[in-house]
Amino acid sequence: MTGLRVFFHRLSGLLRKGSLERDMDDELDFHLQMEITENIRKGMSPNQARSEAQRRLGGVAQLKETYREAHALPMFEVLWQDIRFGFRMLRRSPGFSLLAILCLTLGIGATTAVFSWIEGILLRPFPLVVHQERMMAVTGTDRAAGRDDVSFPDFLDFQKNCTLFDAFLIDRITGTTLAIGDRADRTTMSVVSANYFDALGVRPILGRGFEPAEDFGRNAHPVTVISYQMWQERFHGDPAIIGKTQMLNGMPHTIIGVTPQGFYGTFVGWAMQLWVPASMQETFDPGGYKLEDRGARWIEGFVRLKAGVTPDQAQAEISAVAQRLETTYPATNRGRGIKLWPLWQTPFNNAGTLLPTLSIALAVVVFVLLIACANVSNLLLVRAFGRRHEMTVRLSVGAGRGRLLKQLLTEGFILALLAAAGGLLVANWCRNLLVLLLPARAGVSMFLPGDLDWRVLVLSAGVCLISTLLFGLVPAFQTSKIDLASALKAESGGVVGGKRRALVRSSLVVVQVALSFVLLAGAGLLLQSLRAVQNTSPGFTPRVLTSYVDLVAAGYDRQRIKNFDDALIDRLQSVSGIQSAVISRMTPFSYRSYSTAPIAVDGYETPPDEQPTAEFNEVGPGYFATMGIPLVAGREFTASDNETGPQVAVVNEVMAAQYWRGRDPVGSRVQVKGRWLQVVGVAKMSKYRNLTEIARPFFYVPMRQSSMGVNIQIRTQLNPETMRKVLVREIHAIDENLAPGELITMQEQVDRTTAAQRIAVSMLGVFGGLALVLAAIGLYGVMSYTVSQSTRELGLRMALGASVPNLLRLVMSQGLALTAIGVVVGTVAALMMAKLIANLLYHVSPRDPLAFGVALLVMMIAATAACFLPAWRATQTDPVRALRD
Amino acid sequence: MPKEKADVLHGSLAFMVLRTLETLGPQHGWGIARRIEQISGDALALNQGTLYPALLRLQQMGWITSKWGASDNNRRARFYAITRPGRKQLAAEAENWERISGIIARFVKTARVPS
Repeated sequence: MTGLRVFFHRLSGLLRKGSLERDMDDELDFHLQMEITENIRKGMSPNQARSEAQRRLGGVAQLKETYREAHALPMFEVLWQDIRFGFRMLRRSPGFSLLAILCLTLGIGATTAVFSWIEGILLRPFPLVVHQERMMAVTGTDRAAGRDDVSFPDFLDFQKNCTLFDAFLIDRITGTTLAIGDRADRTTMSVVSANYFDALGVRPILGRGFEPAEDFGRNAHPVTVISYQMWQERFHGDPAIIGKTQMLNGMPHTIIGVTPQGFYGTFVGWAMQLWVPASMQETFDPGGYKLEDRGARWIEGFVRLKAGVTPDQAQAEISAVAQRLETTYPATNRGRGIKLWPLWQTPFNNAGTLLPTLSIALAVVVFVLLIACANVSNLLLVRAFGRRHEMTVRLSVGAGRGRLLKQLLTEGFILALLAAAGGLLVANWCRNLLVLLLPARAGVSMFLPGDLDWRVLVLSAGVCLISTLLFGLVPAFQTSKIDLASALKAESGGVVGGKRRALVRSSLVVVQVALSFVLLAGAGLLLQSLRAVQNTSPGFTPRVLTSYVDLVAAGYDRQRIKNFDDALIDRLQSVSGIQSAVISRMTPFSYRSYSTAPIAVDGYETPPDEQPTAEFNEVGPGYFATMGIPLVAGREFTASDNETGPQVAVVNEVMAAQYWRGRDPVGSRVQVKGRWLQVVGVAKMSKYRNLTEIARPFFYVPMRQSSMGVNIQIRTQLNPETMRKVLVREIHAIDENLAPGELITMQEQVDRTTAAQRIAVSMLGVFGGLALVLAAIGLYGVMSYTVSQSTRELGLRMALGASVPNLLRLVMSQGLALTAIGVVVGTVAALMMAKLIANLLYHVSPRDPLAFGVALLVMMIAATAACFLPAWRATQTDPVRALRD
Repeated sequence: MPKEKADVLHGSLAFMVLRTLETLGPQHGWGIARRIEQISGDALALNQGTLYPALLRLQQMGWITSKWGASDNNRRARFYAITRPGRKQLAAEAENWERISGIIARFVKTARVPS
């Protein structure tokens, strides 16, 4: 308390310095006058009185100094002095300052940008949502298939029986096509539980959120809350929007609320445009009414833990409930569990996809920061040499070494501070960079912001401080450790520093080379991995085009969809240039998950604790031929596999191997959801969700015997642009009000799933290149310096007959030796680090010789280039001048 | 008693200043110095170099405040006054000094025992 008061007193003293000085003069003068008056009263002459008074008072100047010191904050004044001096020094060598600040800006900016991404995407991904630190994602688990969704009855049971949770939220992302006026757009939306907005702490700015009753009743509550963005863009900010109706998937919905600006829902990566309550599940989630079916799993969602509850406790409780459900409802719940995920590992949005990328990015930017620091450190060392005269003089006139150290560190800190300011700018520009790197999807408004909140700012301030110490301490110590006597003596000789300083500088270069080698090798490994991924065949023809027509959104019922599908396929098949076209329920590699079903196979004894399930797709006649998926046995679906024909299925190779064990499945039966299907074919393995997935059992059923579909796959010679026009024409011929969704190649569809890998590779590539350049600059600096310092020696050698190649070799070998040491250190480090990214590598060994070889080659080329210039300069030494000087 | 006047004991000056201000009310620096010298029977010499930094310190502690005003002879002077925390501090120090001087007094007496 008192300390604080004194501090403020002093601080105010610092701010009112001028007036305080005057007051002090006045007060002391008054004292003197009183003393003189007193002396005169005692009978002295005025002169005598004055000198007596002055004698009595003692040294006024000394007093004033004590007074000043007590009054102000000497520490701050010294600091202020240092800062002003630091700025002067930086201004005096603008080239150096600019280079140093640029290096650091790069390092600090990159670090801050990655911090802000991690904060905005992984740690606190949902703007305006309260208590995100206690939120976790929740999904079901399936002993056989891994992750699965949760059914509504299970969800309600969890909600009812768990005590450690504040809230259970359903957040099932879906999409619809919204036609307002003459504009129809694909829109991302969510089916949510009625408590959604209340639990998130998001209060609609107009109207209301959902009410508890709106979770229940089959399609009973056609109400919707729309986003601010949608309200502004599609409804032009209509102030009377509440209560108006909007057709959604063929049903008029009443708009009951508008969310505040800046709320984008709870899906990392995409901005949600509207929300409907759980009771509307059947309207928006294909596959029928699921609210009363414990076996129908469709829910993805979040929970919020009560304050103070650890994730482990929460998981233990909810798992216990899941176990009780398993015993109570074995038919639907056997082998089923539930899992809570930290938000940054959420498996059903882009958080999970970006997590490895962002962790790599973090490691990479720390490396870049270190390299930048090493570079600046080297620059400072060079400059310290130029300033040795100044330092020597300061020391000789009595400056304390501690004071010098403080001065040098202050200069470093100014550099770091300027760089941090630049870095924040860089980070701010990069806030939305990830959105650009991720592939655009028609109708999806991407939202992947970096968040420069106070936590990020504090972290950056920390980075700034640490880097100051990192790059400033070594040169500062070196400089303040000047040996006075020898420095003054050697003033003219120019060999101050000597071996020790050369050693420090050399090791800095070695560190730089090693770090950038690690980055290069890492980039090489990831690039190899990406190539391996992209060379993986998806098992179908990538040139096939895919599109969809949102018939559900247009209000089509089942029968109309069937008629439309038939008519469209007939029309497309007759267009010249189109080999075949087919409707399917799911397009492979889409975000949506396939349906899963419990299965039983004729002649396969199911172990008691196993509930075999498999994913499946519903496809039209000629699907395999259209997609280019070969059949290894049996036949393709045909037009006669319809409602009246026998029920059939085609299984994939893994399913055949797993459940038929070498027997030919064709002709035997498989039971799916209680129905027996005849297996008519075995399809070759293809990829279903992404290129790196593990081969799993999968089967196909004819569209006509199951569900309805809206996706179209077309095998054609036409290019996408022409095909799109044809598709629009043919669809309009059937129904003028319909339009197809985006039309892309299956290759594009596949590429969208490798976006995260590509981001990682480009990030490592860019930063690896950057690091290489920085390291080369560092090497160049050291070599130039060495050459400039050994002019005399070089001149002597030339005078004694050394040839140009001799000198080149001499200088270059020094630089390349440093590089070699760096590469060796870097290789060891890279081999250790590569294990950390091993799980990101696909079909590439973490010791891939090609990646390491190329990294070595690139490093050596850069090093040679960096050493050549100084070496060349060395050969240009004029021996006469060198010796004379 | 040495010939030179004694320097003010370290720490005791604060007490003396506070006591002076408590008894006399607001005073300028010169007045405080005079008063302390008077009370000590001119045994203490107080120069500016000691007094003014002490006054500043007391202000920083919040025990006294200062205000510019006119002196008896109508000159501009800075007047110091004791604050409420200052009075509290004074009471505490008074007690402390009483105890210490009591102890010291006993030592002074025992030192007279013949050896």
